[in-house]
Amino acid sequence: MVIDILMPALSPTMEEGTLARWMVAPGDRVRPGDILAEIETDKAVMEVEAVDEGVIETLVTPAGSSGVKVNAVIARLKTDERTGAAAPKPAPAPPVRSAPSLPPQTASSPPPSPPPKTAETVAAPVAAGGPATSRTLRRVTVRDALRDALAEEMRRDSRVFLMGEEVGQYQGAYKVSRGLLEEFGDKRVIDTPITEYGFAGLGVGAAFAGLRPVVEFMTFNFAMQAIDHIINSAAKTRYMSGGQMSCPIVFRGPNGAASRVGAQHSQDFSAWYGHVPGLKVVAPYDAADAKGLLKAAIRDPNPVVFLEHELLYGLEFDVPDGEDVLEPIGKARIRREGRDVTLTAHSRMVRFALEAAERLEKEGISAEVIDLRSLRPLDMDTIVASVTKTSRLVCCEEGWRPFGVGAEIVSRVVEEAFDWLDAPPLRVTQKDVPLPYAANLEALSLPGADDIVAAVRASLHRGEGA
Amino acid sequence: MTASSQDDAAPTASPAGPQSAASAPRVRRRRAEPGRAALVSMYREMLLIRRFEEKAGQLYGMGLIAGFCHLYIGQEAVVVGVQSVLEPQDQVITGYRDHGHMLAAGMSARGVMAELTGRSGGYSRGKGGSMHMFSREKNFYGGHGIVGAQAPIGAGLAFANRYLGSDAVSLTYFGDGASNQGQVYEAFNMASLWKLPVVFVIENNQYAMGTSVARASAETELYKRGLSFEIPGAEVDGMDVLAVRRAAGRAVDRARAGEGPFILEMKTYRYRGHSMSDPAKYRSREEVAEMRERHDPIDMLKRRLLERSEASEEDLRRIETEVKEIVNDSAEFAQTCPEPDPSELWTDVLAEI
Repeated sequence: MVIDILMPALSPTMEEGTLARWMVAPGDRVRPGDILAEIETDKAVMEVEAVDEGVIETLVTPAGSSGVKVNAVIARLKTDERTGAAAPKPAPAPPVRSAPSLPPQTASSPPPSPPPKTAETVAAPVAAGGPATSRTLRRVTVRDALRDALAEEMRRDSRVFLMGEEVGQYQGAYKVSRGLLEEFGDKRVIDTPITEYGFAGLGVGAAFAGLRPVVEFMTFNFAMQAIDHIINSAAKTRYMSGGQMSCPIVFRGPNGAASRVGAQHSQDFSAWYGHVPGLKVVAPYDAADAKGLLKAAIRDPNPVVFLEHELLYGLEFDVPDGEDVLEPIGKARIRREGRDVTLTAHSRMVRFALEAAERLEKEGISAEVIDLRSLRPLDMDTIVASVTKTSRLVCCEEGWRPFGVGAEIVSRVVEEAFDWLDAPPLRVTQKDVPLPYAANLEALSLPGADDIVAAVRASLHRGEGA
Repeated sequence: MTASSQDDAAPTASPAGPQSAASAPRVRRRRAEPGRAALVSMYREMLLIRRFEEKAGQLYGMGLIAGFCHLYIGQEAVVVGVQSVLEPQDQVITGYRDHGHMLAAGMSARGVMAELTGRSGGYSRGKGGSMHMFSREKNFYGGHGIVGAQAPIGAGLAFANRYLGSDAVSLTYFGDGASNQGQVYEAFNMASLWKLPVVFVIENNQYAMGTSVARASAETELYKRGLSFEIPGAEVDGMDVLAVRRAAGRAVDRARAGEGPFILEMKTYRYRGHSMSDPAKYRSREEVAEMRERHDPIDMLKRRLLERSEASEEDLRRIETEVKEIVNDSAEFAQTCPEPDPSELWTDVLAEI
């Protein structure tokens, strides 16, 4: 019988990739474990192994094809009837074996795959108050924008160094640090042991002694092991020393939900860090802000918690050219102007807020979308100015509702703009449960555009379909 | 006390194996034995710490010092002996029993005492307190209230030294209690992996708050705690300032020469409770009396100075008077200088850009 070999997913968030090359040809006999092909995304290179024994009948997808969807048929295998290979048809996507992915500089035959496009490409902000629009814009992924920010700041200041798990030879668990080891060497791009508490503290010590560490957490979930140093050592020491000590350090990495990785790897820590005096907390949405804010964070004399989002890394946005484009920490960005309701959001929720605003426009509702960008300091001026115009507020965040970012914003709007409100402010948040694994439950738990649309309708006293 | 002031008899731990375990680390350069002036200076510094801490205890009793206050009385030889081999660029970082370290590092008694009373003349302008003082000028990096947190931070100071090409060494002190914290071992691992110029000084005063080392530690010989990270260690009589000085000299020279971290386990003793509120019922009156009468670091050095005619009774009396004046002056200052201005509440949270 003939079995379909499918394009495998290399990661929980991969949707498509490049079939770099075939390691077999039609007519070849393969056994389980034999390497059939190499596939790539902009993050990694992996090998596809055979699961069944048989003879390659056809290679459906030619080598070098990009944009191959996960689960697309890439080859057909004729199994040996005699061995009774009664595998179900089609076969499940074969397992992939991780190979050390090559940095672009040393990649030999297969060229680096182009970043994913189509659905993952997002329009530039409608109403931007940020970078000079006269500059040349380039389409850049959030991932590469962060890398560019790191590289530029490391070139500019020899005290800046990057440390964390897999940031060097592996090129970053999420490939944010790709190419940095080659350019800056292992003195400045430092692979650490798996020892978050330890290397966070070591980074703080290095900052006390005059360096400018950028400490990468593979995800902020793991930074809970290190939160003592982030708060007790980094945030409080300037105050406790009467201003003598300085801790210019950036703690960065992906924060919040990823995709189907379960409760321990899917937590939004925005509110946790936003609570702490002595820290600055930044959570950008698009690539231009990711770059401009990371550069500002590295130059900031204070400890900065820089919250990225794994599900944004692969998205492309317009980024202004130039190494001197910094975004100010503490200033929100109005992503879309509107009259009827104010939506606040940060990080990935900005995307859903913009999507909701577009849908609401078709219902004749004009929503203003504020990208908070910085949670501490929080740009209350921009929020209050918007609410005095719209008189309605819906706060959107990926974290849990109790004691959250929305709770803070609502509270301050009530304190500062109570008389302007025409309806109770509302919050759109994750459900108050640890994030479930099952696809349907995970989708039910996480907030999205539907929830925002529903909340806005409720705020305007409009029922479903009104 | 098992440790001896004789170098060769002091136990050491070496990753190379049991054969070499008894041999002390190789000497980088022969450090001169302290002369008369250096000995008298060490005596004076130990006495200053002793009298300062006694005064702090008194002010605490009068309600002028509040909160947590951990006195260093009994442990003076450790910090004074180590400090005697340091260069000005070397850094010191410790936990919350930190008054002695600050005085030994050359910080002013006035500034420390005024911080204890929470006044504007304190090193942190009253905003830190007993456990949180710093001096960039004297390379003193605190003053840390979270048990063991100073270990990775101290390794980070050493990391910066290497990164910047400086020959400074980080002296990272912590207690027997902290030696059971996980982050201490995370710091050991990175310090050894990257050959950082750091000397870990474990001040083993036998009790972590009220829990003796034997009740808390599976391996009570704490100088061996680095062996699985390839960090050699040595046990030192921490009541003998000269033994401390010799051991510290070797460890610091080694770190400065780029040969990586070293662990010094200082066997010492605190006469007072863990903090001012601790009546220390977990140990016998006899145990404390034995240490005070037979192993007191200041008495031991005093006897030697007199026996060898390195100082006269008159010299020592003069030192006692000077020290008392410094301490009384600091106490006066700490009571008369004003509390921080209310506007200080909002300063130093963030650096202004």
